[in-house]
Amino acid sequence: MKQVANKDAILRINKDATWIEEGDLSYEVNESDGYALEEALRLKEKLGGEVVVCSMGPQRVKTVIKDALARGADRAIHVVGDSLQHLSAYAAASILADAVRDEQADLILTGLQSDDYGYAQTGVIMAELLGLPHATIVIEVDATDERLRVKRELESGWYQWYEMPRPALLTIQSGISQIRYATLKGIMAAKKKEIREVTPAGDATQRPSHQRIEKIYFPQKTKQTQFLGNGDAKRGAAELAEKLRTEARVI
Amino acid sequence: MSNGILVFAEHRAGVLNKSSFEAIAAAQSLGVELGQTLTAVVLGAGANSPAQEIAAYDFSKVVYAENEKLADYTPDGYTDAMERVVRAVDPQYVILPHTYLVRDFAPKLAARFGKGLISDCIRAQVAEGRVTFSRRIFLGKIDADVVSDGEAPVFATFQSGAYRGDQATKGSGAQVETMNVEVGEVRMKPEAPFQEVKQAVDLTKADVIVAIGRGIKSKENIALAEQLATALGGDIAASRPICDAEWLPIDRQIGSSGQTVAPKLYIALGISGAIQHLVGMKNAGTIVAINKDPEAPIFDIADYGIVGDLFEAVPVLTEEIKKLKG
Repeated sequence: MKQVANKDAILRINKDATWIEEGDLSYEVNESDGYALEEALRLKEKLGGEVVVCSMGPQRVKTVIKDALARGADRAIHVVGDSLQHLSAYAAASILADAVRDEQADLILTGLQSDDYGYAQTGVIMAELLGLPHATIVIEVDATDERLRVKRELESGWYQWYEMPRPALLTIQSGISQIRYATLKGIMAAKKKEIREVTPAGDATQRPSHQRIEKIYFPQKTKQTQFLGNGDAKRGAAELAEKLRTEARVI
Repeated sequence: MSNGILVFAEHRAGVLNKSSFEAIAAAQSLGVELGQTLTAVVLGAGANSPAQEIAAYDFSKVVYAENEKLADYTPDGYTDAMERVVRAVDPQYVILPHTYLVRDFAPKLAARFGKGLISDCIRAQVAEGRVTFSRRIFLGKIDADVVSDGEAPVFATFQSGAYRGDQATKGSGAQVETMNVEVGEVRMKPEAPFQEVKQAVDLTKADVIVAIGRGIKSKENIALAEQLATALGGDIAASRPICDAEWLPIDRQIGSSGQTVAPKLYIALGISGAIQHLVGMKNAGTIVAINKDPEAPIFDIADYGIVGDLFEAVPVLTEEIKKLKG
């Protein structure tokens, strides 16, 4: 599970234009990763076993880990490092694969894409590095003790079921189920659960990334937007109705 | 030494998709600017392939990678086949459309070359023989210029709509080379693709759409948007989080996983405008956005914007429209 900038956070670009200002940023769990955890908890309730949560980044990602433990995960692995969140998808996947390899999990679930870098690759690359079959954009998991069937989302309202052997890796789409809240009991229980810290092997963060951000910037507008109301939403609405009739002629 | 551009054309049962032509246009544009030759690749089984159709476009060659295990898409099958094609063609760039199918196998393919993809690009610019790829980060709020400083091949995928498929140039008939590729064990068994129960609502025919996003805050508040839609004689729709929360049924969802619409008027209420939503509605005639965040990407494509509280703006707008409509 990845910790990312809060969706409602106002983003500011840093002075070198290489990333955003992180000083006063608020964070939350990556949206689809939250659904991946929920699916893992449901599978555990149905089939037994344990749920191990893995997160990577500086100490602040403990918030994500503790929340996952409070929701019902049994224990956690925290891959600790200050700049790990800026690794390329391949480097991140390599380190995560190393961190979870010895767990020999039946299923590894990830979100389908992060809300910051948006590479949409980490899970798939992990599967390749761990030698596991995978499926992406999974919207339903039909697992029994004997078999694993997953429903994948295709474009434009199409779906497809795949059957695959376990162990396997699935990247989970947002909306696969409704996410539970942590209960007070869960929060108390979480305090006793194990969080194992690991650090990546020395050279792991030094591997060539093959891609580098040169600069970031706010997108150029493709349209000249007329802003109405000048901060007064009600006045803006009245002006808008008039514009829609006289300028846009859609009323 | 690695040279040239290899472009992946995607098809289902022999029918090429729109994104493939866009990827071809992207690859051709790079090819011209870099002065490099272009090869297209199509995977498939037997004669049921669109390789001949692709050959009408301006390529130096079309590779048809053939194996019976490629009749249906699987990530294992496609990765094995594409790895062999990439190693044989030895290109500097591999260009693919950023479709759900490509997202499923291309990271695995790139991983076999010890790297990831430069994924979901919206632009590519060439200066002094070097390509700078631009991609959206932070759910579309920020653009990043990305360069590759590693070894060839560079794998890049282009977002739907980044290039125009109708600008892919035709050629004088490229030679099709059939390559019998080896494919190892395919571990996943696909069943036939299907659509959920026929969609009850066809938003593609709506003239006016009032769409709600996360900013609507609660299911109860949807009534506000419905009143506006009624006043305009339009339909209600939503971005993904609203349907994920089951506040509206999934057949009201606009975006890459829902419906793609182009109404005369599209009013986005509390929708920030993640790429996945924008691709479903950016061709609307007039786009209105009401959002409290002035930096919301939805404003990048809006004709009219109100920065402020939608709960203040929408009731006034509804009343004003009722008056105008008499």
